[in-house]
Amino acid sequence: MDVRKSWLLVSMVALVLTVACGGGGETEAPDESAEPAAAPVDDANAGNITGTVMLEGTPPEADTIRMNSDPACREKTGNATLTEYYVVGEDGSLANVFVYVKGEGLDDRSFPVPSNAVELDQNGCQYSPHVFGIQVGQTLTVRNSDNTLHNIHATPSTNAEFNTGQPIQGMTFDREFDEVEVMVPFKCDVHSWMNAYVGVLDHPYFGVSGSGGVFEINTLPPGEYEIEAWHEILGTQTQTITVGENETVEVSFTFTVSE
Amino acid sequence: MTTLHRFTLFVAASTLLLITAGGLVTSTDSGLAVPDWPNTYGYFMFSFPMSKMVGGILYEHGHRLIASTVGMLMIGLAFWISRLDDRRWVKRLAWGAVAAVVLQGTLGGITVLYFLPAPISIAHAGLAQIVFCLTVSLALFTSPGWRDETAEPVADTILARLTIATAMLVYAQILIGATMRHTGAGLAIPDFPLAFGHVIPPEWSWPIAIHFGHRVGAVVVTLAVVATASHLLTHHRHQPQLRRLAWLLIGFVASQFTLGALTVLSERQAGINTAHVATGAALLATSVLLALRVHRHRFSDAPSRARIDVLATVPTTPSLGGVR
Repeated sequence: MDVRKSWLLVSMVALVLTVACGGGGETEAPDESAEPAAAPVDDANAGNITGTVMLEGTPPEADTIRMNSDPACREKTGNATLTEYYVVGEDGSLANVFVYVKGEGLDDRSFPVPSNAVELDQNGCQYSPHVFGIQVGQTLTVRNSDNTLHNIHATPSTNAEFNTGQPIQGMTFDREFDEVEVMVPFKCDVHSWMNAYVGVLDHPYFGVSGSGGVFEINTLPPGEYEIEAWHEILGTQTQTITVGENETVEVSFTFTVSE
Repeated sequence: MTTLHRFTLFVAASTLLLITAGGLVTSTDSGLAVPDWPNTYGYFMFSFPMSKMVGGILYEHGHRLIASTVGMLMIGLAFWISRLDDRRWVKRLAWGAVAAVVLQGTLGGITVLYFLPAPISIAHAGLAQIVFCLTVSLALFTSPGWRDETAEPVADTILARLTIATAMLVYAQILIGATMRHTGAGLAIPDFPLAFGHVIPPEWSWPIAIHFGHRVGAVVVTLAVVATASHLLTHHRHQPQLRRLAWLLIGFVASQFTLGALTVLSERQAGINTAHVATGAALLATSVLLALRVHRHRFSDAPSRARIDVLATVPTTPSLGGVR
C-alpha cells in the first residue's frame, strides 16, 4: 500500500468514526436528564409571611448564670446574665424561635449564596445571636469579643463537626456548612452554659422570632408551603399555608409549656 | 520500707489522682475544652499560662499536666527498678507500664482530635485502670512484705479462683461503666433502685440496656466480693494482710454501690460521679492486690517454703501459669 492509499484509508476511517459518534454541535440532542433551569424569583409577584410566636403556660424562670469559673466572664457580666431557654415577653410572646419554609415548595428553585457573612459573636461569655439562620455555603464568622478563651464546638448530625479554639480577644474564624440541617448546635466546652443554634438551609426563607415574638419571611414566590417553627426546648410545629401573588400571609404559632 | 517502694507507692497514688482528674473531665463535660493536642490553644503544654486555666480548661489541661507528670514519674520508676531490682520480670513489668502510659496518652490525644469517639474514649478509660493496676502491682512487688520469707502461703484453691474471678468481674464492670459514661447513657434509667418504676425496664434501647447492664454488674460484683471476703475471713482470718484486703474490698464495694446510686439520684453531680470513678479504680486495685497475694506462690521470687508447700497441695491452673 502506497502513501496516498494509506492517507485515504485513514481519512475514511476518521470520517466514519466522526459520523458514528454524532459529532457536530448543531445535531446534538438535548440532555433529557439535566435538571431544568431554576426558576428565578420574581420580586414583583413575591409574597411575604409575617407572624408571631406565643407561649401558653408558665415556663421555668430564667436562671442567673454563675460565671465564677472564669473571672473574665464574671467581671464583664457581673454574674447578671440569664439563661435563654425561654425568652418570653409580658404578653406571652416567645423569642428565639426559628421559623422557616420546609418541604418541597421550593425544590424546583435554587438560590444564590449571599456574599455577606453571618456573624456569631461570643460576648459576655454568651453567644449572640442565640438562634439564627444561614444558607448552605454562606460564610459564618465566629468572633471572640471576650478577654478570655473560647472554643467553638459545633455538634451537627449531617454536617462535619468542628471544634476550634479562640484564645485571644478579637479573633475571628470563618466556616461554611455544606448540607441543609435544622438545627446545628454550638457549645463552648470551656463555659458549659454557652450554647447557640443555627438553622442551615439552601434557601433564604427563614426568620427568628425577636422581642414580641415577631418574625418575617420576605419575597417568597407564590405557592403552597409547609412552615415549621423550632424551639430548643419545646420542639417543632408545622403549618401549611398558601402565599398568593403580592400577598402577605399572617401566621401564628403557639407553643405550650407544661406547668 | 525501701525508698524505691515509697516512690512506687507515690507513683501509684499519682496514677489514682490522674484517674480522678480524668473522671472529672468527663463528669464536667470538659473533654473538648482544649481543642488542640498535644498543644493547648497553641501553647506548648507546660508554658500555658495558669491564668488561662478557666472553666473546662482547668479540668482538661489539668488532666494533661497530671498525665504528663505521671508519665515522667513512670519513666523514672522504670529506670530505678531496672537499676536496683534483680528480678527480670519486675523490670519488664515496669517498662510495660511505661509503654501503657505512652499508649494511654496517645489515646487521650486521639480522642480529643476526633471529638471523643466512644470506642477511643472507652479504651482510654479501660487502659487507665490497667496502668493503675500495674503501678499498684509494682508497689506490691517492691514491698518488703512481698519478699518476706516467713510469710505463710495460701493453699486454698477456692480462694485462688474467687480472687481471680472477682478482679475480672470488677474490671468488666468498669468497662461497662466506661461504655455507659462515654455513650451518654448515665441517666438512661433515671430512677433508682427501680428502672422506670419496674424491676426490669419496661422498654429497651441501647442506652437503657448498657445502663441496666451496669446495674446488674454492680449486683454481680457485690456478690463476688462478698463471697471472696467471707470465704477469706472464715478460713484465713489469722493472716492480717489478707484480712485487711478483704475488709478494704467490702468497704470499697459498699462505697461504690452507694456512689453509683447517688450518681443517678443526683443526676450525675460531677463530684459524686467522679468519686464513683475513683472508687471503682480503688476497688479494682484492691481486688488485684488480693489476687496477687493469694497467688504469691506462682511467682518465681516466692519464698521457697511457700512454693514447696503450696505447689504440693494446689493443683496448677494451666491458664495462670507461673511468672518468671
